[in-house]
Amino acid sequence: MRKKSSIGGKIFMALIFLFLYAPIFVLIVFSFNKAKSRTQWTGFTFDWYKELFSDSSIMNALYTTLAVSIIAALVATVVGTITAVGLSKMSRRWRSPLLTINNIPVMNAEIVTGVSLCLLFVFLGSFLKFNLGFGTLLIAHITFDIPYVILSVMPKIHQMDNNLMDAAQDLGCTWFQAFRKVMIPEIMPGIVNGMIIAFTMSIDDFVISYFTAGSRVETLSMRIYSMTRKQISPKINAISTLLFVSVLVLLVIINVRQSRQEAKAKELERKLVNK
Amino acid sequence: MSKELIRLSNCTMAFDGEIVLDNINIYFNDKEFLTLLGPSGCGKTTMLRIIGGFLKPTSGDVLFDGVRINDVPPHKRTVNTVFQKYALFPHLNVFENIAFGLRIARPDGKKIKEEEIRERVLEMLEVVSLKGFEKRSVSSLSGGQQQRVAIARALVNRPKVLLLDEPLGALDLRLRKDMQNELKRIQQAMDITFIYVTHDQEEALTMSDTIVVMDKGVIQQVGTPEQIYNEPKNAFVADFIGESNIVDGNMICDGEVEIFGKRFKCLDGGFEPNEPVDVVIRPEDVDIVPLKEGMLTGLVTNITFKGVHYDIIVDFKGFKWLIQTTDYCPIGSKIGIKIDPDGIHVMKKSKYSGMFGDYSSYSAEYDEISDVDYTAEDEQTEEEWHED
Repeated sequence: MRKKSSIGGKIFMALIFLFLYAPIFVLIVFSFNKAKSRTQWTGFTFDWYKELFSDSSIMNALYTTLAVSIIAALVATVVGTITAVGLSKMSRRWRSPLLTINNIPVMNAEIVTGVSLCLLFVFLGSFLKFNLGFGTLLIAHITFDIPYVILSVMPKIHQMDNNLMDAAQDLGCTWFQAFRKVMIPEIMPGIVNGMIIAFTMSIDDFVISYFTAGSRVETLSMRIYSMTRKQISPKINAISTLLFVSVLVLLVIINVRQSRQEAKAKELERKLVNK
Repeated sequence: MSKELIRLSNCTMAFDGEIVLDNINIYFNDKEFLTLLGPSGCGKTTMLRIIGGFLKPTSGDVLFDGVRINDVPPHKRTVNTVFQKYALFPHLNVFENIAFGLRIARPDGKKIKEEEIRERVLEMLEVVSLKGFEKRSVSSLSGGQQQRVAIARALVNRPKVLLLDEPLGALDLRLRKDMQNELKRIQQAMDITFIYVTHDQEEALTMSDTIVVMDKGVIQQVGTPEQIYNEPKNAFVADFIGESNIVDGNMICDGEVEIFGKRFKCLDGGFEPNEPVDVVIRPEDVDIVPLKEGMLTGLVTNITFKGVHYDIIVDFKGFKWLIQTTDYCPIGSKIGIKIDPDGIHVMKKSKYSGMFGDYSSYSAEYDEISDVDYTAEDEQTEEEWHED
């Protein structure tokens, strides 16, 4: 029973997409432009992409970004999953306020999170003798990744039949064995989704990284930012295009996974009802 | 004969100060089919979960073979459970679901050999009539088949006791009847104790060796199905098990009771002279006779065709009875009734007196509607307990 959209609606929709994606489209097109000009098209080239990979500062930034994103996503997935399991075992009176607190960092302005983490690290660093760097950057990323994992795992735990854990223990498992053999496989789709979302968030992040990485460590988005301030090179277009495409791919993966899982759940429900 | 296996002694269970089981004292014999029967919230599921080890009683002891097991966790008990909605593991196929308990490393570190696992699982599949289903995914099975897998999964561990928590609740009527016979057959074949929880009195009567009737966290009566049906202890039991007309009476002396000012012969005794009592008369024990021969006369106010018999509602001086008869009696006709002495059962007065056994508000539809409500509500309450 899908409503047919009117022509006016379609035009409106097209305009919105135009406004949203026109800048990115221009960026992508000009990343293949021969001349340095950002106004004139002079011919197709891959040169800027080639230059990217020979630029050591960019490659270093890329390694940092990948290292931070992968480690942060993995750690946040483990911590977030355990937290979600713990939360689900709590009584509702405690669970709801804790979940709300969990949601605040997601909504909070990134700059506030960034500045406050920066202050905290500088403060602690003066006692414990450490400087801003890869370590603080990683901790910051883990911190803002965890809520996304919790948000993704929690619904899976709720969907799970309450009796499954009881059944496993009834059949001879300790609680931990039951958790490993029954609960983990059951909530796995949520865990994987949470990990991909966390990874995407980390790759994507600029503001929080900017405040917590210190002066010697640089992520890809930070590199782009500093490049725009020095000289204007079409390399920026190329690297931004790559970043955009990789985040886009990750988002598509998340969406496809989620809709598949929903379809599967519906199918299962339909089967159960029919029998 | 059979020996005592499980005993609950002075068991009380409270959730947030609300008492769900009130000082329960009961024992279960070995190799028995035992049913805990009662309406929603009567504490039957709680009792089952205490035996399974999922709940610890607030006070009192649980004894297994004479040993106190209050603090023994579920995975160390020789008891297995068939859960309400089967709780099969969706990520495993039928074979792996049944083999699950066998694959868990034992406390002594020994693992069961793959060969033996295979043998035992296939043997179990045969017991529950699911030969050839081992490769199927559990979500491709019908409700009845899932039920059988759940039973096999529990029995393959060779428990001393199988606990069943309303296992037939989700099945349709026809399948339920088949499964009732099937369960009884399996229990006899395995020769172990079954403790079965249900709110369905017919299910309880069909399958059980012993029935425990519960209400409001208190055991109302323990007995064989015949005892429970023929000699209910109070108005609650009489009403919950089958249909019954319950009227106030006066025990004149042993073997004679007065109802509506008339004296009836009965088989009960042991009451004080003139003690006020509750009298149960089952609808099928009332004979319709010509007016002149009737011990009582009443007015037919309603008649419903039920297939084998008619349900008729008869008004005796403002008190309405349900009578089951094969004779057609038109509405508005006057009839006489006769009750044989063995059709009358006298009970002591209890707190349930006057609450049940009056058919004044009876109508066929009402009966059905209230039944449906009852099941839905029942499930909800049980769910809430699982949450806790």
